[in-house]
Amino acid sequence: MKIVFSTRTFGRHSKWKWQQDKGVIMAEAAQSFDKPFDKAQESLRAESLPETRQPIGWAGKTLQEMIAESERLLVETGHYWGVERLSLKEGDPIRYEKIWSRLRGGIVGARETALNISASPIVREIGELCFGLFTPEGDSITLSTGIMAHVHTMSEAIKHMVRSGYETDPEIHPGDVFVNNDPQLGDVHNADVMEMLPIFYEGEVVGWAAGVTHETDVGAPQPASMPVGTTSRYEDGWILSCQKVGTHDKLRRDYENRINTAVRTPFYWLLDEKCRIAGCRIIRDNVLRLIQEEGLDTYKNFIREVIEDTRRAFQNNLRMMTVPGTYRFPSFMDVTHAIDRGRMPEYAAVNSLMNCPLEMRIGVDCSFELDVDGAGKWGYHSFNCTPSGLQGGLWVALCQTLIPNDKVNDGAYLATRFNTPYGTWANPDNPAVSNTLSWMFLIPCFTGMFHGLSTAFVARGYLEEVVAGYPFTGNLTQGGGPNHLGNPNGAWSNFEHSCCGTSARYIFDGETACAAVWNPEGDMGDVEAWELLEPLLYLGRNIRPNTGGPGKFRGGLGFESIRMVYHTPYQVMFNGREGHVFQCSGLFGGYPGATGYRHSVKKTDMKERIARQQDYPVRDVDPENSQVEAHVKGEILKDQNLYHIPDPHREYDLYISLLAGGHGVGDVLERDPALVISDLNEGYLLPRYRGSIYGVVASQGQDGKWVLDAPATQARRAEMRQQRLARSQSVEEWMAQTRPRVEKQEFIEPVRKMYRQSHELSEKWRREYREFWGLPEDWQPAQDI
Amino acid sequence: MATKTYDKKTIADLIDARLPWTEVKNMMSSYKDPDRFDKYLEILQESVPWDERILLPLGPHLFIVQKAHGEIVTKSRSGFEFGDYRENWKLKARIFVRDTNEKYEEIYPHLSHADPEWMELREFYDPIDGTLLYVEAVPPGYPIVHNFQPDIEAFYRDWLGRAL
Repeated sequence: MKIVFSTRTFGRHSKWKWQQDKGVIMAEAAQSFDKPFDKAQESLRAESLPETRQPIGWAGKTLQEMIAESERLLVETGHYWGVERLSLKEGDPIRYEKIWSRLRGGIVGARETALNISASPIVREIGELCFGLFTPEGDSITLSTGIMAHVHTMSEAIKHMVRSGYETDPEIHPGDVFVNNDPQLGDVHNADVMEMLPIFYEGEVVGWAAGVTHETDVGAPQPASMPVGTTSRYEDGWILSCQKVGTHDKLRRDYENRINTAVRTPFYWLLDEKCRIAGCRIIRDNVLRLIQEEGLDTYKNFIREVIEDTRRAFQNNLRMMTVPGTYRFPSFMDVTHAIDRGRMPEYAAVNSLMNCPLEMRIGVDCSFELDVDGAGKWGYHSFNCTPSGLQGGLWVALCQTLIPNDKVNDGAYLATRFNTPYGTWANPDNPAVSNTLSWMFLIPCFTGMFHGLSTAFVARGYLEEVVAGYPFTGNLTQGGGPNHLGNPNGAWSNFEHSCCGTSARYIFDGETACAAVWNPEGDMGDVEAWELLEPLLYLGRNIRPNTGGPGKFRGGLGFESIRMVYHTPYQVMFNGREGHVFQCSGLFGGYPGATGYRHSVKKTDMKERIARQQDYPVRDVDPENSQVEAHVKGEILKDQNLYHIPDPHREYDLYISLLAGGHGVGDVLERDPALVISDLNEGYLLPRYRGSIYGVVASQGQDGKWVLDAPATQARRAEMRQQRLARSQSVEEWMAQTRPRVEKQEFIEPVRKMYRQSHELSEKWRREYREFWGLPEDWQPAQDI
Repeated sequence: MATKTYDKKTIADLIDARLPWTEVKNMMSSYKDPDRFDKYLEILQESVPWDERILLPLGPHLFIVQKAHGEIVTKSRSGFEFGDYRENWKLKARIFVRDTNEKYEEIYPHLSHADPEWMELREFYDPIDGTLLYVEAVPPGYPIVHNFQPDIEAFYRDWLGRAL
């Protein structure tokens, strides 16, 4: 069974039956902008018990009727709400742009103002928040910067409430506050909590203001916001499934009480709630002021027209910048819970390999389809995804590729389709899977989309847009335990992984320590801010050599943080990133960025070193010549198992976090030797790799500076090209050698399991695999041994 | 909205990575120039040592070209022909597979590369001059990926408004 989850089918939502309760009806009082909002709320409440309640949609319709009509018109006319002519834009373009700028500016201003209410470094320092304005049916009109993935996940949550009949139960009134962090309804993972406030004008819902922030802790059995090692939804922590938690723009006391008991960091959670509500109120006030000045009908026409405008702009850009065809860029992720045997259920304590065979299809009719047919099965781990999460990932990728210069809203999303086969990690047939770290599979998946679009941009000559995707955003450092402030139940999620190196472009190296796919304007945060929250000191934070993927243009470099557990008897700590696999390839001959590894030194002599004022490690630099290990004594933990249940660390233990670099573009032997010399002199390239990767011959002067030997480099590179041809073989020969191993599936169990699952879940995958390797029709991958 | 356009030298500088960042940034922030493709093809055509007409670039060294008698093939800058453009060009390339720690560690430090039991790097070289055309990172046993299958005829006919 396949479910095509798209704007045109909404198949996943069909299960959400709602009961219309016609007995609960309320009369709406008209609200005008010059009437103080709180008084308007009071008057509405006073009138909220009468026997008859009018629908809150437009022209006497319910919101549910509006969403059905919107979808019908899109299918029947091909245009959002059947808007065939952009009459406002064409008739008065200045006014059209002015309205847009006011709405957009209001939302950006709301974000910048509201984040100051939060106390969490994740929100204040990193900017892990985003606001959006939505239509009454839940389509996004405009959004702020920040974690833009949630512009569409919030849309999904609003649509869920509309489809489920919230209009009649629990009812939707002015000043109501709804909260969601349920990935099954509209989210990526429950760490991202969203507030949604309806905007009423004269008794009608004219839109929704919504905002999302990333929390510090979610009240799971393990501390922090994105626990690793959870095997089902029942271990994911606190999940709020589109709940009404406030009225009159305020949280209910019972909900505030629950916050205090549900999570380890209620202080941050509560202030984040207030941050989101404040942002939504700013957006609402801005919308009401605009309606007052421009008129309700103009506003109503505008919000539909601007979404249709963006839908068309997306298709125009597709036609302008790409080439119709099929693009395939698979990606992978290792899951390494075999090391947790005895500490996790037996069925969950296994190693797995995620297969994401992303196919992107661009039609000559400007259709845009993503398809992960062939993906593997969901698992008893934290990394499963929901279709809602995938839509969020698609959205954040679109913002950075095909619609960066146009009005950004759900119009682009409406022009796309996404096939997420049922039963896979992308659309589990088990509603109780764990989703705490869906990004671990989402990020590789959407790297494939960046690669596909970059291939198209190269074909059309728009080389300035080419980028080899993002690296995986890790290492993700999280933990908890008794903290330095006396809290026996501390929890923290460090977000310096918002600043991984970005991948190379067609014409430039990638940026070092720069951004994350889910928050392209992310910040690593000051070490002092993290030290306030976490009982760990930063001994050092340095750019890490050789982390960017080599190429004619190399990936931007990642960095390393050397942390020491301090002022606590112990902390449990996680890692999180790829270790045994590259998540994807580079582009046009570029290599992928380096993988990560976990690295701790336990039972150290740091306390004694500090007391004696001896040297201590402030950098690590090279895994084969670790400067940490050279400057401290202790038990070394160093392996590629980066997904594991919390690992206890004691005071003065060291934890080294390696942040990823981006992927490379182009042949390494075409890299300008001057750039290689520059990297050597900056400490970005370990000297022993100047020859083996780049064929550069150089020597180090007495001042320590590297100097190029250009003729020798030219000769060395010519020699290396000949060596490539000498040690390579034809693909035909290689396939003949490899085929017996494939037929017998002589691979490690995670690889065998990956092939088994893809064969079980996809007829297309089965057929193409057998055809490629020339296997008989009745061939099946080996069963588990 | 005025239609943006760039002169041929600017596009040539972009291709050769000689354009300053500020100009590239302005290009990124502007609406796209509709005549880019034709200028781009013209510059690329002048840069290759053979005469077949370039229909679609696949990368810095690979092109889909039309031969004199109409056959459409994938061809490298060095002049190697990989056969019909609808077939995966990688199948006609030279291949070198990094599937041991020793091979990996020519490129990556220890522990900073994939585990060869989980994943291998397949390097596809131009059979004439040894240019590294693509690096594929996949688990052992994964079919060679056909990254891009363009619908060239429809592209020219329906999007560019001209025959091949």
